[in-house]
Amino acid sequence: MGSDVKLRSALGRARGLGSAREGVGHFYAQRATAIGMIPLSLWFVVSVIGLTHADYGTLRDWVGQPLNATLLSLTVLTAMYHAQLGVEVVIADYVHGETLKFTLLTASTMAAFLLGAAMVVSILKVAVGV
Amino acid sequence: MVEIALPANSRVQPGKTVAAPAGATRVKRFNIYRYDPDSGANPRLDTFEIDLDACGPMVLDALLKIKNEIDSTLTFRRSCREGICGSCAMNIGGANTLACLKPIADIEGDVAIYPLPHMPVVKDLVADLSVPYAQLASVRPWMQTQSPTPPDSERLQSPEERELLDGLWECILCFCCQTSCPSYWWNGDRYLGPAVLLQAARWIFDSRDEMTGERLDTLEDPFKLYRCHTIMNCTQTCPKGLNPARAIGAIKGKLIERRA
Repeated sequence: MGSDVKLRSALGRARGLGSAREGVGHFYAQRATAIGMIPLSLWFVVSVIGLTHADYGTLRDWVGQPLNATLLSLTVLTAMYHAQLGVEVVIADYVHGETLKFTLLTASTMAAFLLGAAMVVSILKVAVGV
Repeated sequence: MVEIALPANSRVQPGKTVAAPAGATRVKRFNIYRYDPDSGANPRLDTFEIDLDACGPMVLDALLKIKNEIDSTLTFRRSCREGICGSCAMNIGGANTLACLKPIADIEGDVAIYPLPHMPVVKDLVADLSVPYAQLASVRPWMQTQSPTPPDSERLQSPEERELLDGLWECILCFCCQTSCPSYWWNGDRYLGPAVLLQAARWIFDSRDEMTGERLDTLEDPFKLYRCHTIMNCTQTCPKGLNPARAIGAIKGKLIERRA
């Protein structure tokens, strides 16, 4: 920092700060959520097609069934988790300034939590009908 | 952020054209990247027209003919001329390969020759590979053991154990794959790249090596390993027909295996 002269050896730079000792969890979670999204999104699409032309009462009854509310919550939470992991990959690939990168990673995590919570609350509100 | 355009002083400008000798019948045009750091000028693209009837079959033959007979300042690395030293790695017809293994006849139209992509250029077709070399050294590409050396024999390996190294040991470290990888272009300071990770795999899968866990520890990192997104440019471009993407996948598999 502060100087353009870099006299550190190439090996010193290649070894850098060493290994973060993580990444495998992220890698596994990204694939696990992708696999999980296959049945969940199929179920979601089929269900939405089945509810075509349904009125609000019918939809509320459908969401009110515990299995549907559970699967709906699971779908949005898995989608948010998977999306967050994907956004992290894009940021790590393309954003190089450390401050901007850290800010974007934090903001994207917060956005995913916010959206996930809002969607689950919405599902529960319709399901419970308060 | 990622930069798409080259800096102004790196943009390639038109260069000179050297016409084929009179009477040449099979003329092929070679458009070659030239850069001389001492001149202070921008890189340029020189065109050399070569009579294929008076030239060997490979791209390296044409480069040697140009250097010997037309322009002795043309600078490139070469040594073995049979695809085992890895020196003449360059970008030919838009793909990284070895000039000595690339037949001129494989290329339709003009032959475009550039240095390996996204590396600093020392001169003409010579790329500065000091960063990939240091990254290679960082994975300690030699056998590491805890048990003492057997006093009266080699460290033994069964034919099955030895087979696990096939597709890994053949790498000649030309860095064609390394410099073809977009992830390496964007994050080459931290991502180890396909050539180095293939070398890491070569020791992780060697049954005689006893530091497998430490090797995996060193690689488990969002940048060192996990910038690989299986883009497969590495496998597509390898002039030895190796599959670095599969080797990287195998390392990821080992990291899953040890926590499952």
